[in-house]
Amino acid sequence: MQTANVNRLTPYLFLAPAGIIMAVALLYPIGYMIYASFLDWNPSQRIGEAEFIGLRNYLNLLGDAAFRESFWVTLKFAAIVVTVEMLLGVGLALLLDRNIRGMSLLRTLFILPMMIAPVVVGLMWRYMYHPTVGIFNRTLKSLGLEPIPWLSDGNWAFASVIIADIWQWTPFIFILSLAALQSLPQSAMEASRIDGATGWQQIIHIKLPLMMPVLIVTLLLRLIDAFKVLEVILVLTNGGPGLSTEILSLRISRTASEFRELGEAAAMSNVLLILLMILTFAMFAYSKAVEIRTARLRAAAEETAI
Amino acid sequence: MSTQTYERQNPAFYALLVALIVMAIGPILMMLMTSLKLNVDIMSDTSSLIFMPTIRNYETALCDFLWYEAPHIDFCDKTFGRALVNSLIIALVSTALTLILGCMAAYALVRFRFMGRDTVSLTTLVMRMVPPAVLLVPVFGIWTFQFQIDGTRAGIILVYVAMNLPFVIWILQSFIVQVPIQLEEAARMDGAGPFGVFFLVVLPLIKPGLAAAAIFTFRVAWNEFLLANALADRNSRTVPVTIVNSMTEFDIDWGVIMATGMLLAIPPILFTFAASRQIITGMTAGAVKG
Repeated sequence: MQTANVNRLTPYLFLAPAGIIMAVALLYPIGYMIYASFLDWNPSQRIGEAEFIGLRNYLNLLGDAAFRESFWVTLKFAAIVVTVEMLLGVGLALLLDRNIRGMSLLRTLFILPMMIAPVVVGLMWRYMYHPTVGIFNRTLKSLGLEPIPWLSDGNWAFASVIIADIWQWTPFIFILSLAALQSLPQSAMEASRIDGATGWQQIIHIKLPLMMPVLIVTLLLRLIDAFKVLEVILVLTNGGPGLSTEILSLRISRTASEFRELGEAAAMSNVLLILLMILTFAMFAYSKAVEIRTARLRAAAEETAI
Repeated sequence: MSTQTYERQNPAFYALLVALIVMAIGPILMMLMTSLKLNVDIMSDTSSLIFMPTIRNYETALCDFLWYEAPHIDFCDKTFGRALVNSLIIALVSTALTLILGCMAAYALVRFRFMGRDTVSLTTLVMRMVPPAVLLVPVFGIWTFQFQIDGTRAGIILVYVAMNLPFVIWILQSFIVQVPIQLEEAARMDGAGPFGVFFLVVLPLIKPGLAAAAIFTFRVAWNEFLLANALADRNSRTVPVTIVNSMTEFDIDWGVIMATGMLLAIPPILFTFAASRQIITGMTAGAVKG
């Protein structure tokens, strides 16, 4: 009887360590953060000593021009980088989806920017944007042009941060769309070729619609990650000049460490989390919907076959 | 057509390929080059391609590991060397722990089916979405006041393991599903217990999955800055934290900082070349298979 007991307990034994760690170090902190967002709390206090102030942190955020600014900067940043990266990544994938030598090398080299520490990416770009010895201003100078204040002017700094992000993350979209392209059914491609479709027609009427499910998931994944960007911007500009590149994550970490307002930082974290939660559920709902649709189509196809 | 024959393409395509490769690795090469230059060369106005390579910057960064005396170092700053040791310990231990725990959990979820796959993939997605910045406040508070493990390597390892577990469980699940159950039944017939079946039969069969999971976990633990910065004290700082700290100094020593950046970048670069296939599998698994 004892072995039966052991067998019944096995799944729990296997699952328990991971479950306990995630509960203690992931779920508990998130719950704690939600609670802390209702407190007036600074880092020298234990949480029990902090005063409960209800929704005041959230109301403060609404009235805080700097927070609204950084919320707006975050949205702008995410929208621009994701749009540009999608266009470039999908475009390159469509262009390079051929059986050519060097493709696997290209893919390997393309992953490098994503694997390297974001801190190091920031470091490299900060050097390249250097006002005098950076490669961009050096090139401009040797062409006899005016140097550009890459990181010291608000608008240029925003553009610089976007360029660095595009360099780092376009490969992600490229690799996912290339994988999607290569898993498309060959029969559809051949059928359209026989019907005399040109390259463009093939792309617009066949490839893109068939890739759409993957593209939408890719877009949402990238969008979620775009809201999480922090280190590259921290190293490049530290949010400045002014608030021009201060995205939400950076604002949270500064509110916590420089302004020592843990409650308000927690409230900001909550806003960011809710935003991302909406995106995540959109993504999950979408992939479920696609799954159900394909299942129904397959069932219908099987019925007609019989 | 076999995969070994290639279509002949317009030369413009090769030009585009080369341009893309240059763009992708140009900044990395530039960092490598800068790290091999003396500060005089970095700041000089002349061409940046021709210079005498030197390993002085690396000697300065790694001065406490040198077995010889480098003549140009008058004062050895041990910060970076200590951070490198911390980073290695933290990244390796958290990768090993995540893999062991993640594997066991994934196996239980697949074989004993108590939660649907949907629950697990939804949890993974939700956890993937949580930005480290959101964990910053609560983790700092809890680690400092309740667990009192702030400033220790163990504290940092605990966060990293928890952060990585959902993804690891999810990716390993998709590999374990493919292990034929007959193999396990046969082993059980021969008298292996559940743990024996797991360690002797299942684990060896999912090595590719383990490799992908290991690389992703190591990468997060090795590269992470924000939480390490909040939790570490002087003795447990990791390399990204020291790099950011030295960036905020007024007079940036570009040569040395590029050398430290290069040292931080080397392990991920090596992994990429050794296992690009597994990395791409891990990356695409989420989106393409759904």
